Amino acid sequence: MFLCDDFPIEFARQPGLGAPVWRGRAASGEDLKDFAATVHLQGGRLAALWGSDERQRHGGPSTGAVAGFRLHCVFGVSQGHACVSLDLPGDDPATLVYPDLSAIFPAANRMQRATRDMVGIASDGPDQRPWLRHGAWPADWYPLRHDAVHVFGMGVGFPNLPSDYDFVQVGGEGAHEIPVGPIHAGIIEPGHFRFSVVGERVLRLEQRLGYQHKGVEKRFIGMDIGRGAKLVGRISGDSTCAYAWAYADAVEAACGVEPPRRALLLRALMLERERVANHLGDLGALGNDAAFAFGLTQFLRLKEDWLRLNAEAFGHRFMMDRIVPGGVAGDIGAPALAAIVEQCGVIAGEVKKLRTLYDEHAGLQDRFLTTGIIDTALVRELSLSGMAARASGMILDGRAHRHEYTPPSPWTTLGVRPITDERGDVAARVAVRFGEIAESLRLLCVLAVGLPTGETRVETAPVAGAAGLGVVEGWRGEVLVGVQFDSEGKLARVHPHDPSWQAWPALEHAVMNDIVPDFPLINKSFNLSYSGVDL
Amino acid sequence: MISLLGQIFRTGILTEPHPDTGDGPRREIDRLHDDILNILGRALTIRQVDAGSCNGCELEIHALNNPYYNLEGRGIKFVASPRHADMLLVTGPVTKNMENALRIAYDCTPDPKLVVAVGDCGCGCGEVGAMFGESYASCGAVDNVVGVDLRIAGCPPTPLALMQGILAAIRSRST
Ligand code: SF4
Repeated sequence: MFLCDDFPIEFARQPGLGAPVWRGRAASGEDLKDFAATVHLQGGRLAALWGSDERQRHGGPSTGAVAGFRLHCVFGVSQGHACVSLDLPGDDPATLVYPDLSAIFPAANRMQRATRDMVGIASDGPDQRPWLRHGAWPADWYPLRHDAVHVFGMGVGFPNLPSDYDFVQVGGEGAHEIPVGPIHAGIIEPGHFRFSVVGERVLRLEQRLGYQHKGVEKRFIGMDIGRGAKLVGRISGDSTCAYAWAYADAVEAACGVEPPRRALLLRALMLERERVANHLGDLGALGNDAAFAFGLTQFLRLKEDWLRLNAEAFGHRFMMDRIVPGGVAGDIGAPALAAIVEQCGVIAGEVKKLRTLYDEHAGLQDRFLTTGIIDTALVRELSLSGMAARASGMILDGRAHRHEYTPPSPWTTLGVRPITDERGDVAARVAVRFGEIAESLRLLCVLAVGLPTGETRVETAPVAGAAGLGVVEGWRGEVLVGVQFDSEGKLARVHPHDPSWQAWPALEHAVMNDIVPDFPLINKSFNLSYSGVDL
Repeated sequence: MISLLGQIFRTGILTEPHPDTGDGPRREIDRLHDDILNILGRALTIRQVDAGSCNGCELEIHALNNPYYNLEGRGIKFVASPRHADMLLVTGPVTKNMENALRIAYDCTPDPKLVVAVGDCGCGCGEVGAMFGESYASCGAVDNVVGVDLRIAGCPPTPLALMQGILAAIRSRST
C-alpha cells in the first residue's frame, strides 16, 4: 500500500513510462493538511502547488466531479511523487480557502500566493501579499479563471499601476537597506533584491520576483498538444529539454502513449547535453565572479564547441522543440553520434585540467570555501531539489536508484551515480557541477554507443478530460509539468514548475552573514531561473 | 601558475582559423569585427535589458563574449548602466511588470541612442512572437513600448545573427 495506510486518501499509480507518480484526492482540507504533515515527518518534500478552475468551460459536461476550483499539491516521497488534489466547490470567495501549508513546508508560501493571484483560491495563512501580481491587473480579477475573458491586444488591458510591496523591515543600530533591480548589472533576467545590511554584512535578503510574468499559463489554455510543446520549451530557455520532456511525460501519461525506446534514449542524450552546457557556462561565470577571467574564457570556449555540436547533431544550439509528446522530432545519424562520443572524450580531458586549476588556485578557493552555506537541515526544510540539494549532502536525484525509488526508463539501466558534497557552500556547488559534468559525459558515451535502432515517434491523440504529471531531473533540479485536457481534447490547464521555486528562498538563507560583494558569487553558484518561476 | 600558463599556451588564440569548425563562419566573424571598427572607429557600449525573455536569448548574448566571437576584444562592451550605453539590446516580450523599468532605462540612455530588439519575442515575429504576444501580462514586442531601430529575429538568434544585427544597427545610424 502506498505511503499511508491510515489515511483516507486513495492513491492510484499514473500509467506510462515517466517518473513514478501516484494520484489521489483529499476529501477535505484537513485531510490534505494531515497528509502534508505526515510527508514532512517522513522526510518528504513539497514539490509543487497550483490551482485550477474546474467550472464548465465549453458548456459541455465538466470533467471534474464538482463545479468549482481545485488545488493540486505534489509531494516528493520516498517512492516518487504523490499528487493530491482538493476540490473547492462553488465560487464564493469565502469558501475558496484551503489550509495553509507553509507552516509545514515553508516552500508553499510563494506558491500559495501565486495561486491566489492567478486563480483566486487562497490559503488561510497570514501572508496574503500578492506575488505575481504587481499592478498590471486588478486584485479581484484572476487570469486563470475561465470567465477572466481578456481580449489579447494592446490598449484594451487594465491600466498598469505602480505597486508597493511590503518588504520585511530590519531595524537596529546601523542597519540599512540596499535595493537592487529589477534590472541587474549584468546580462541576466530581472528581479528585485532587497538587502538589509550592517556595514558589508548581509543581515537579510528578501526577493521580490514576478517581473518576468508574461502570462504563460493563460496562453496554454485552449492550445493543442503541439503548440503546447512549443510553448513549454520556452518557460526557461536554459532548461528547454527538461521542460519539453516533463510535458511529454505528462501528455503521454494522460493519453496512454508510450514513446519508442530510441526516443527515450535520445531524450536522455539531450537532457545530459543540456546539463553539461549549463554547468560549463556556470563554472566559467563562477571563476569570473571571483576575478578569475581565465576560467570564463576557457569554459565559454568549451561551451561554444558543445553548442555547435548541438546545432550540427540536432539542428538547434539548445535543442529546442526536439523533445515532443510521443517521442522526439527528427533523428540522429551515425556520424553525429560518433562526433558526440569523440567530443565527450575531448571535453572530459579539458574539464579535468581546468578542475585541477580551479582546485589549486588559492584566490578562487578563498572565495569559494565557506561562502554561501546551506546545510542539510535547511535543504529538507525548504524542500530543495537538484544540484544545490546534492551539494548540501542530499542524495536526491530523479535519475538514480535509491531506497524504495526506481527511476523511470531509460535511467533504470544506466546506473546514474548522484554526485554529492557535504559542505553546502559555493565550493561544494562547484565540486558537484564538476562531478556532474564527468558523470554526464560518461552517460552520454553509453547512450550514444548503445542507441538502438527503431522508431523515434508515435502518434499522440488527446484524451478528453485526461490529466498527467511529468517529472524530470533537469540540470537545476526537479522540473514538473502538470497537464489537464478539457472535454474537447484541448489543453485546459498546464502548470510548469521550476526547481527555482524552492531554491530562491534557499538563496535568501545562503547569503545571510556573508558580505554583499559575495552575493554575485553565491547567486551564480545556484544560477536560478526567473522566467521559470514568474511564468 | 605554471599549469595555468600551460593551459593558456595550449589553448592559443581561438579567433584564428580552427580545423574543427572550418573557417567559413570564422572568416565571417573577422569580417564583422573589421566592419564594426571601420564604421565606429571606437568602442561601442551596450546595455542589455531583459524585459521578459525566457533567458534563451541571454544565453546567446553571453556567447558573444566567448573567445570565438570575442566581441569585447574588439571594443564592443556590455556596461552596467544605461547612462554609459550607446545601445540598448532588449529581449522580450516586454512584460507589464517590466514596462516601467524598460521605459526608465530608455530615458536614462543618452541620445543619440540605438535600440535593438532581440529574438522572436522581442521583435513580435514568427510563431513564437505570436505565442508570447500582447496579453493581460505582456506588452508584446519591444517597439510597443520604446522606439526600435533594428530587429534581430530568431529563437534565440545565433551569436552570428546577433553580431550582424548589431553591425546593421550601427550602419543604419552612420549612413
Ligand atoms: S525569442 Fe525564443 S529564446 Fe528568445 S526569449 Fe523568446 S522564446 Fe526565449
